[in-house]
Amino acid sequence: MLDVRVVVDERAARTELRRQIAGLEAQLSAAVAEGVPASPLAAARGPRVLDLGELERVRDALAARVADARADLRERHEREEANRALLERMLLEPGRYKFARVANRDLGEPGCGVWQVRPRLGLIGMLMGWWQVKLSSGCPLQN
Amino acid sequence: MSDPPLDEGWIERELALEYPQLRLVSVVAPVPQRSAAPALRERLALLSDRFHGARALALRREPVPAAYRVFFRHIGLDPDVQRTPVEAAALERLVRGGFESHGVLDDALLVSLVETGVPVWALDDERVEGPLGLRAEPGSSRIVVADAAGPIAALFGDVEPRCRPGRGTLRLRLFTVAAPGVPAIHVEEALFGCFDALTEGG
Repeated sequence: MLDVRVVVDERAARTELRRQIAGLEAQLSAAVAEGVPASPLAAARGPRVLDLGELERVRDALAARVADARADLRERHEREEANRALLERMLLEPGRYKFARVANRDLGEPGCGVWQVRPRLGLIGMLMGWWQVKLSSGCPLQN
Repeated sequence: MSDPPLDEGWIERELALEYPQLRLVSVVAPVPQRSAAPALRERLALLSDRFHGARALALRREPVPAAYRVFFRHIGLDPDVQRTPVEAAALERLVRGGFESHGVLDDALLVSLVETGVPVWALDDERVEGPLGLRAEPGSSRIVVADAAGPIAALFGDVEPRCRPGRGTLRLRLFTVAAPGVPAIHVEEALFGCFDALTEGG
């Protein structure tokens, strides 16, 4: 009688772990779609029915990977936010940010454009303090 | 033309208890017709044009590919090491610059996979003994596709030589393994689509 109950409980535990793994996998996929690189968790040993301990290890490894991915994303968003703020300041007061550069990539935007504070009319602009923000054109041509 | 009858494969009791929605479905199909080759190559070219890097990256979030990814995790496979079939095809598309043609049978399987996200494998029907099913091997718990004679393939693995279609094949058996959460309509579409592609090129 006792044995039967243990088996049923273990199956319920495995089902719960599989549910958690599904949730974590969805979170990890979302992070990868946002640009976090996908990285393998562990060497696979072929398709098997995993026992409770193995499912726990998969769940824990995925949870750690999701936590790392979230930290990466948070750090990237903070960096992009800081760069957006810098670009705004460059646009408002170019003279205070001479030759500062912010690439579209650093803002989380697609393309190879770079925002740069440059003197208007070259040397004359430098001498007169005429500064402007220019956006460089697209990606360099491939050879 | 009416759809051919689908055969629901058996799932060993223990496996069915662990993965309640896991299915193996198969259908008997004729051997590939050479006349289907041009149409299939055209479909592969069209699919190549429609399938770009952004889609490949987003693929893992689509419901059917996501169901296979989750199932891979559940059975101890890391989908970032051993790719799910549709993600492997997507990666191949990006690396090669297009879906390459490898003959009528492989092309039909590939078209079906890319269009539905559901993998289909082909067997020589005359070499399959009894109905197909899924079971865990005693001792190792390794999950295999099997018939009455024994294992035919590791789950999501290559088919054993004894059942591979060859020159003498008179009839095929197409089968798919539906991961839990994959809607039945996608499973049917994969098998029927492959069947049609083999006969008419789609």
